Amino acid sequence: MFAACADPSLIAGPEWLLCYLTTGKHVDFYWSFLTVLILLAVTAPTALAFGFGGAMAARSPILPVRLVGKGYTAMVRGVPDIVFFLFFVIALDQGIEWTVHQIRCPDWIEPIRQGLEFRVCPQAKVPQGSAPQSVHELYGFALAVLTFALVFGAFAANVLYGAMQAVPKGQLETAEAYGMSHRQVFRRVLVPQMWVYALPGLGNLWMILIKATPLLFLLGVKDIVYWARELGGAKTSAYAFPHPDWRLYYFLFLMAFYLCMTKLSEIVLSRLSARLSRGQATAAGEALRRAAA
Amino acid sequence: MKNLILAAAVMALTAGGALAQTVRMGTEGAYPPYNFINDAGEVDGFERELGDKLCEMASLTCEWVTTDWDGIIPNLQSGNYDVIIAGMSITEERDKVIDFTQNYIPPAASAYMALSADADVKGGVVAAQVGTIQAGHVAESGATLLEFATPDETVAAVRNGEADAVFADKDYLAPILAESGGKFVWAGEEVQLGGGVGMGIRESDTELKAKFDAGITAMKADGSLNELIKKWFGPDAVTY
Repeated sequence: MFAACADPSLIAGPEWLLCYLTTGKHVDFYWSFLTVLILLAVTAPTALAFGFGGAMAARSPILPVRLVGKGYTAMVRGVPDIVFFLFFVIALDQGIEWTVHQIRCPDWIEPIRQGLEFRVCPQAKVPQGSAPQSVHELYGFALAVLTFALVFGAFAANVLYGAMQAVPKGQLETAEAYGMSHRQVFRRVLVPQMWVYALPGLGNLWMILIKATPLLFLLGVKDIVYWARELGGAKTSAYAFPHPDWRLYYFLFLMAFYLCMTKLSEIVLSRLSARLSRGQATAAGEALRRAAA
Repeated sequence: MKNLILAAAVMALTAGGALAQTVRMGTEGAYPPYNFINDAGEVDGFERELGDKLCEMASLTCEWVTTDWDGIIPNLQSGNYDVIIAGMSITEERDKVIDFTQNYIPPAASAYMALSADADVKGGVVAAQVGTIQAGHVAESGATLLEFATPDETVAAVRNGEADAVFADKDYLAPILAESGGKFVWAGEEVQLGGGVGMGIRESDTELKAKFDAGITAMKADGSLNELIKKWFGPDAVTY
């Protein structure tokens, strides 16, 4: 990065450290923090949407829809995350390629499955084999977001389902007595009130999601834990910057990062909780009313 | 309808891919001097140089990707890359699931490295990387096998006293031993394992295998492979 860093063997002390911390590999490490933050920013709303859909389906008066909703939460919640991450992503990836294969290469006669191999025609590879590595990485990232959203969506569905059940029946009946339709009751009375019941559960999920991001590496996305391990490992002089085992320092840095994320989340969640309790018929809402009076 | 949208999206995503052959080279990136990620964040090492040379000779465009060692064969089979070039020894067991080119590194010794020369490598705790021929050997030798996901962790285990010795390719351990300032020494006896290092290729990819085989034969014939081995593994390395 800097001109003085051209030959690291000639420099020492703070200058060496500065050069070391600005190598291309370290820049990749810093970018991976952004990857994790983007993953969180994209996954959280997507998972919430999945959860909302799941909870609505689980409450549906129509039996098949209800079964789909309940089945989704039961299946995904029951399977260990790591199994899900290993199996689902491969299945999804091969499913997509299989579909494209059927469309693009109808004349292909060789079997797709040859023993343990999965072989579609070259035009059906997603992304194309000739695509630049960045496209492959983007595709991997998209798969990761979808998988995270699906897993956490199932947990969120259960939380939201519980929250919907927790809204006092009297509220809903009163709304119906005023002549509101089912849909209006749901939108105007049930949903605005359920958030305060859902928040502790959703807050928990958010915290777990933050800590689950190292699973990204299983999906081929290089995350901060991968880079910390890679950079911290002892380096011989095959590398430009040889150093002993520094994993401890890298992992301490990660710990600080995760703790900051957790602290920040706690502050935001407690504010959100206070905001949502305003005017609610709950103990927290009552306390707010008293304090104001 | 939903399928139609999905199909359209997939088409858009994959359209415009020319049919120029790009070969994706899968490696571990954590096994210097065979392959490692250098400080610029690029794949580097003996295999990078060899792979680029072979691709040039066969006029292929090569793209390097890294993956963890544990999943390196399944990822080849599901088509995430086309070649494994990761210091992988040719063994019968692996040959059952994938194909190998001829070896590009002759069968070389594996060695035990420990904190003292009299470490118990037959009955003590020996660290090895998971899924390697060395791990298989340790399991049969009577020692307690301690497996790690990356080679670096196996060495760290000996340094921390978690394991009595580490068992790996001698060429991998040699630079670590040389730079340890006398902390590490060789222990036990060297063992010959495997049939040399080759490139792993899907069994159905016979054409690609032939191309790389031809390249390796040519490099063996003109001596450039020996030069490359000496450059990365030192003047004493086993050559052809």
